Parts: sequence; C-alpha cells; structure tokens
Amino acid sequence: MKTGKGNLRGFKSHALRQFCAKSHSCGRFHLYKRAPCLALNVLGHETSPMAIDTSGNGVFSEGRAKLTARTLRTDKWWLQPFITVLVLFSFIVYATFRAFENGKYFAQPLISPFYSPCLASNCVKDSTSFVGTFFGTYHVLGMTVSPSLFILIFPLAFRMTCYYYRKAYYRSFWMSPPACAVAEPHTKYTGETRAPLILQNGHRYAFYAGLVFNVFLTIDAVGAFRNEKGQWGHMSIGTLVLLANATFLWLYSASCHTCRHTVGGRLRNFSQHPIRYKLWTWVSILNHKHQQFAWVSLFGVALADLYVRQVSGHSIRNLYFF
Amino acid sequence: MARTLKLRIWRGNDKDGGLQDVTVEANNGEVVLDIIHRVQATQMGDLAVRWNCKAGKCGSCSMEINGKPRLACMTQVSAYGEDEVITITPLRAFPVIKDLVTDLSFNYKKAMEVRAYEHPADLAPGEARMQQIDVERSQEFRKCIECFLCQDTCHVIRDHEENKKSFAGPRFFIRLAELDMHPLDTLRNRKQSAQEEHGLGMCNITKCCTEVCPEHIRITDNAIIPMKERVVDVKYDPLRWLGSVIRKREGIL
Repeated sequence: MKTGKGNLRGFKSHALRQFCAKSHSCGRFHLYKRAPCLALNVLGHETSPMAIDTSGNGVFSEGRAKLTARTLRTDKWWLQPFITVLVLFSFIVYATFRAFENGKYFAQPLISPFYSPCLASNCVKDSTSFVGTFFGTYHVLGMTVSPSLFILIFPLAFRMTCYYYRKAYYRSFWMSPPACAVAEPHTKYTGETRAPLILQNGHRYAFYAGLVFNVFLTIDAVGAFRNEKGQWGHMSIGTLVLLANATFLWLYSASCHTCRHTVGGRLRNFSQHPIRYKLWTWVSILNHKHQQFAWVSLFGVALADLYVRQVSGHSIRNLYFF
Repeated sequence: MARTLKLRIWRGNDKDGGLQDVTVEANNGEVVLDIIHRVQATQMGDLAVRWNCKAGKCGSCSMEINGKPRLACMTQVSAYGEDEVITITPLRAFPVIKDLVTDLSFNYKKAMEVRAYEHPADLAPGEARMQQIDVERSQEFRKCIECFLCQDTCHVIRDHEENKKSFAGPRFFIRLAELDMHPLDTLRNRKQSAQEEHGLGMCNITKCCTEVCPEHIRITDNAIIPMKERVVDVKYDPLRWLGSVIRKREGIL
C-alpha cells in the first residue's frame, strides 16, 4: 500500500504530517516514536489513514480489496476505548496512590477494601483481621512498606486475568484491535500463546483468591454493624457502603466465566448432574451481566475506599441511622 | 421513491480496484441488497454480488457497509441518515474475486481440518438417546448460517494474514465447542487439538465475532471462553491434571 501525503491531509499540523509520512516510509520506527500518528489515527477515517507501514499485511494484503483506509467505519468507534482508558487509568492512579499512602484506611468499625485483610504488624490498632498478622514491618528506601501491598496483588490478578477486562484493555490500551473492523497497528500477533500472556490461563487461581477476599470484605461489612466503640446493633452510612461493596464483588465473582465453568460448564452430561446444572443456569444468568458487574464493583471498591479515607481523615462524619 | 441515496461501491478484482460513486433511488423499507440490485439493474450491469435467500438465512450477502461487516439483506437503508453516504465494500479479510464477491475457500479448508464427531463404538446407529438439557448448549451453535462475518471481523486473521495457517477462527471454535460439549462424542483430545492445531490460544476474546453475528450466537461467552477453560483443565491447571490422573476422571481428557 502506498500512503502519500494526500492521504494525510486531515492532519492539521504540517510538521506532524511530515513526521508521519516519514515514519511510514522508513517502516520500522519504534512504537513510541509513532505515538503521535497513532493518536491521530484514533480520529482517522478513510481520507486520513495512519501513516504506519502496513504494506502487504492485514487488510492491505495481496489479493484483498484495494483500499487505503484502515477502517471505513463512520460511527464513533473510538469513544468506547477512549472512555475505557480514561476510567481504568484513573482507577490505577487512585489505587496506586492509596496502596502507597499507608494511612487513613481504618475508622472503627470501617476498614478500607484496599487494606483488608490487614496482615502486617504495622497495621493500625484494631484494623487487623481475625486471621492475625502474617507479615512484619518492613522498610524499603527508608519508607515503611504499606500493608496494602501484601494483598492487592490478588484482586489485581483477578481483574487483570478476567475475561471481560482482557477484552477491555486489549482493545483500549493495546489496540488489538481498537474496535471491530478497525485495523490494529501491530505488525505481529501471537495472542495468548506465549509468555507473559499465556499466564492468563491461570485466571481460575486468581478467581479462587478473589473469593477469599470476598469473604474478608463480607466480614468487614458485617462488622460495620457496630458503632465507634465496637458495640453491635448499630448501622451507619459506612455499613451500607461496605455492604454494597461486598455485594458487588460477590456478583462480579459469581458472574465470572471461570465460576460458570467450575460449577457445571465443564460437564458434558447435565442430565446426570441436576444440582450442578441448576447452579450453571443461575451463574449463566449472572454471566450475561459480567461486564456491568465488573465496572460496578470497580467503582464500588474505589468509592468504598474513598468513603473510609474521608471518615478516617475526619473530612466527613460517618452518620449513624441507629 | 422515498429518497435519493449516495453510495460508494467498491469495484475491482484481486489486483486493483477502488470505490465508485453512485446515486440511486431508494424506497421505504428497502435493505442494502435491494439497492445493490437496483444499481446492478440500472447502472452497473456487471456488478458482482453474491446473494441467495434475501432473508438472513443463507449467509451469502456478507459484505462491509460503512466499514462494518453485515448481511446486506438484513441492513435497512433507513438506518442511515438522509445525507449519509453509504460505503459498500467486500469482506476485507479475504481475497477479492470480483467487486463485492470474495474468495471464502479459507473457511472451507478450516472446516475440513476439524475432526468429525465420533460415535460410541458400543452404540449402534439409532440407539443413541440424549436429553434436551444435554444438547441445548450445542443447539445455539447450530444456528450458525456460515456467513463468515465473524471470520471477517476477527483481527487475528483480518490484520495478520500469516496467522491464517494456524488459526481456525470463531466459526470453527463454535464447531469445536459443539463437539466437545456433545454428550456422546468419543474423540478424547479435542481440547488439545483446539489449542495446538486450531489456534484457540491466539484468540484474545475481544468479542468482535459476537458483535457481528447476525444470528446473535454468543460466540465468545458460550463457545470460545468455555473452550479456553476446558483447555486450561487439560493443559494449564496442575490441580485438575493431578485430579484426572489420580481419579482417572471420565470426560476431562
């Protein structure tokens, strides 16, 4: 495929046009150097295809319909990956900040989901879980290691290997592909057949770990039926926040594709396993909404943490109903 | 005639071609295939287009309309704005034969590579009995009309010609899932072959196949992901492997 300057006329900057045309002719520019062109392509259309060397590959292969555009879609196909990047990136930034903050995660009886179960000896008083402390207090570069760092890897692994999130980040971050029938910018593709992506096959173990965390967070939600002195029989906005968080996480886990496979999907004869068939049917109903549960539970965790942080930092008061 | 449509139709062959502008009248309720036929009858007598049932059941009139893989007979003209130019091209994942007709032989080669159902040796033909709940999962996959829109939109082969050797595509993953979920199929290593011979691991489950399926088969959720999980059972899960060795479980391998 020849991509001349005429195809880049949609670009406003003359310098950028020249750069993109040059990177195309050179063929093997590093990805980061082509980033401006990639960005422009997100808004590209038939008259302004991306200036990356794609000759002889993909939709530009020999024998296929001769077209210069990477896509002929006229709808806003770029909007969904754009929003996904925005939301996931915001969550990553917030979660990283909170994981390293090592403070404002406990306000009796509320504990942040980012720090539960608190398993290190430097956890705030009364914030440790019933299983005790497995880790001591460690220092790296003069800073105390946050208790959150010992546990967040597990829920992170669950979401990273989740079949829905894989779709979301493969499309939006890695642009493989950015949207259906929109040519991806990569010249090679091996899918999930090699390291590190072959590790996605370990999703079921991350799912099991996620279930353990759900149990802890449910216990936290039940424990929130106490007041600030630890007396039972009270209920606050914090109770509702932690309950909602635990509910969303259970729905997210129960609707998981691995859960569906585990409870009955792997069977060949449902008729011989009526209970597992019933379970599979229920999980299948939830599985239809897995994407929605994935997002709701993500927001739920972040908002629950934010609420506990604000209460712990005395920015707001945890109002009690009774 | 209700409106005047502006079209851009790709015309050419495997060597060369391009978009040609056409203006044509359209009636209320017409689909894109009707419009193509009108263009064929009035302006481009030699325009090549593959079609048959005009009812969304034969899967012949697959093409790309405004960049989206669709059946022309199921795409209403009224779905597009009054001033919108409708661009019609052949499927971009396959070689062109002429105009809107592509060479789909890749798919038939892949179909032949899928090993057929193997009947239990101890069951004579006609003696097989299965309950509805054992076959209803597979029945969803039998709705496939082989329009190959899923194959066209799958970026593994659409964007990487070299992967066509090792990747069967979503249409054949539902065939593999159908056979693997079959209560009587006795071929034991279908999961391994799905991964090693048909390239299941290449799929990164971005769900485009499901989005374009005119039969609304949930290809990714109901076929590809369950197959990936079944492959994990036999290839990547040490505990399942151990369990299968110790208990010699039926149906795992």
